[in-house]
Amino acid sequence: MLNSKRLILAHFWLAFALFGLALLLGAWQMFIRSPMAAWIGNPEWYYRSLTAHGTIMAYVFPTLIAMGFGYAISESSLKQALIGARWAWIGFWLIVVGTVTSMIPVSLGLASVLYTFYPPLIGNPFYYIGIVLVVGGSWIWVALMAINLASWKRSNRGVPVPLAMYANVASSWLWGWTAVGAALELVLQILPVALGFKSTIDAGLARVFFSWTLHAIVYFWLMPTYIAYYTIVPRAIGGKLYSDSMARISFVLFLVVAMPIGIHHTFADPQVGAGFKFIHSAFTAIVALPTLLTVFTICASVEIAGRLRGGRGPFGWLTALPWQNPVMLAVAFSFIMLGFGGAGGLINMSYQLDASIHNTQWITGHFHLIFGGAIVIMYFVIAYDLWPHLTGREIRNLHLMRVQLWLWFVGMIVTTFPWHYVGVLGMPRRMAFFDYTDPAIAPDAIPVVMSAFGGFLLVVSAGVFFAILYKSQRSPLCDAGPYRFSVAVHPQTKVPVALNGHALWIALMIGLTVTNYGFPIAQLTVRSDTSVPAYYVGTRK
Amino acid sequence: MIEERLFSLKNIWFVGSVGAAASVLVVSGGLAFLVLPYTERGNRIAGIWDAICSAAGVPKKSSQSETVASQTKLSSVVLNSDMFKHPAPVSIGRGATLAQQCAICHGPTGVSRADSPNLAGQYPSVIYKQLHDFKTGARVNAVMSPFLASMTEQDILDVASYYAFLPRPPGYHPDTAEVAPTIVESGAPMRGIAPCGSCHGGIENKAGSPWLEGQSAVYIKAQLHAFANGSRTNDISLQMRNVARQMIDKEIDQAAEYYASKPLTESGE
Repeated sequence: MLNSKRLILAHFWLAFALFGLALLLGAWQMFIRSPMAAWIGNPEWYYRSLTAHGTIMAYVFPTLIAMGFGYAISESSLKQALIGARWAWIGFWLIVVGTVTSMIPVSLGLASVLYTFYPPLIGNPFYYIGIVLVVGGSWIWVALMAINLASWKRSNRGVPVPLAMYANVASSWLWGWTAVGAALELVLQILPVALGFKSTIDAGLARVFFSWTLHAIVYFWLMPTYIAYYTIVPRAIGGKLYSDSMARISFVLFLVVAMPIGIHHTFADPQVGAGFKFIHSAFTAIVALPTLLTVFTICASVEIAGRLRGGRGPFGWLTALPWQNPVMLAVAFSFIMLGFGGAGGLINMSYQLDASIHNTQWITGHFHLIFGGAIVIMYFVIAYDLWPHLTGREIRNLHLMRVQLWLWFVGMIVTTFPWHYVGVLGMPRRMAFFDYTDPAIAPDAIPVVMSAFGGFLLVVSAGVFFAILYKSQRSPLCDAGPYRFSVAVHPQTKVPVALNGHALWIALMIGLTVTNYGFPIAQLTVRSDTSVPAYYVGTRK
Repeated sequence: MIEERLFSLKNIWFVGSVGAAASVLVVSGGLAFLVLPYTERGNRIAGIWDAICSAAGVPKKSSQSETVASQTKLSSVVLNSDMFKHPAPVSIGRGATLAQQCAICHGPTGVSRADSPNLAGQYPSVIYKQLHDFKTGARVNAVMSPFLASMTEQDILDVASYYAFLPRPPGYHPDTAEVAPTIVESGAPMRGIAPCGSCHGGIENKAGSPWLEGQSAVYIKAQLHAFANGSRTNDISLQMRNVARQMIDKEIDQAAEYYASKPLTESGE
């Protein structure tokens, strides 16, 4: 049952519209810094564009997808109308207002600080206020998801919480807690300086706060994709979910171990002790566990589909799979990109190996492959899957959908593989132009051109995506039936209380945050000699 | 379904998950704080407490040896963005009187005919910093340094406010000339040279950096050479010395000619 169709559609449309704009900026950035363009006369334009691209793609786009998808999951899995729909609209409009508020100073060149803020760089206060509004809007969603689940539990005592909603609420709690880091950084540190109450800032502490958000935010981006793996893919390809419990364990593991690992983003920073870097590195290794569990469970579920379709033998089920089905194609692409991206991630999280690729294009390649690749391709699938239920109109052109997914997959591989390669050669990230005539970086020129063409393919793919959605508006009305999620091979009739609620895992998440972040934050807060003068972006003289 | 108790030692999920998290924490913490500090080469650890502090990132007391003193006198100027925001009219007036002694080289209207810098309309932070550096000896010049012997802090502020108050001569680049040379617009990234324009205007102005439009080419070249050979050292954190040392003569000439290209206006000639 989907009552709040307009609400959900509003989230998806805004998300994809902003995504389309930010994608164009990204493609322009790839072109302008490649050997195909003359050196940009004013690098400020590049950083302005980069700030807008990062802010939209990292904060606004995935948050809107998670929220829209979350409302859809809440209504259709719990089979109850959304409680607090008015609040949900308030959250949506907060995001709209926040996005506009932050993008105006960015467009004017008053806040070219990149989405990671980089204090002591300080931009126009409205940029940060806008982001605080976006986060505030998303926290309304966090609260609504918990309220809806609690209300359902009260009237359904003893019934297991549907997997989709269980995962969705895990995702919302993860976001609720991880966003606290950036919120503390913005409210306690950056905004007082941006508003002129202070002129110095503890840049090291600010970076530690940001790392609190920076890694778990990736898992927040990932959550809708993982929910799609478990609850859409097996149903869409005609199979069954291999294990409902394994799915729940994966999601609660993300909740627990996505948080206490962020300091691996600050391996090169002097303000954090090597001991804490090691502990965070060790916990980061554990975060591979829920992903490996997921890969296993989903492959097993896909195998069930293959065998149900008559596949035989150790590999026969592979050819029996419905490869014409866009969902099948997308999940295969997503796994390939997740595999390469994950392997790269193991290098990033290793204290010593990180030193060779830290702050190079390797990192840019890594997070585009994971987020832009493995995650966003499943956002497309979520949209394709949900659209007929939201608009009442069928998406008929499966061929065009396959073309779109192929283009996105090939585009993302062509974009990110050369980035990884030039990163190993030592090419730094966040540069507006490079002197490719210098023998030291001449070998980077051709891979950079290749990756720019990958970026152009991504723009084409997004164009096709919009065309598909647009065309579906013109197909005749149909009844898509109730929105369903996949069924497990052995449907759960009884779930351990630990896997039917989130309390234990939230407690562990907060506890490990305290053990792993408590001392570094306390030490930097107490010391009086860690602040540096702020540098105001876009001021004159 | 009878609700089992979650936060209870009888609940295997509770015991298992908390136990697993605690074990990972204890094992990784033990390695991080007790074992690894000893294995790091060159790390002299005095005992367990020292190992823990070192891994936790507690700064050690600085060594007993003296801080190495600089061979050259460095600039001690601190600039902040509010310093020159609203100069008092009396300050500008006093500056005008004081500036009469500057006119012989810098021109009666702050536009020089003697290859000295034009000061009319220059940023006050720039004039303040240079005068201050002449006074402390961070910058030395046979003509300028003696003037500063008798100037007070307030005199310096007044002169800076006065020159900033004067209208700035317009920049001029004839159409026939090529666009800004690469060194001005893009720098030389592989030699670590930021574009001139990223501090001196065109792209961005940074505090303490003068605008250069219309300044004498002879003067700009002389200063770049002085930074390069180390005879001028009052740039903050070696910024200009590092840039000038990496510049080739052709780039120095191009930058100087580009900024200097100006028609002689009435006020200048």
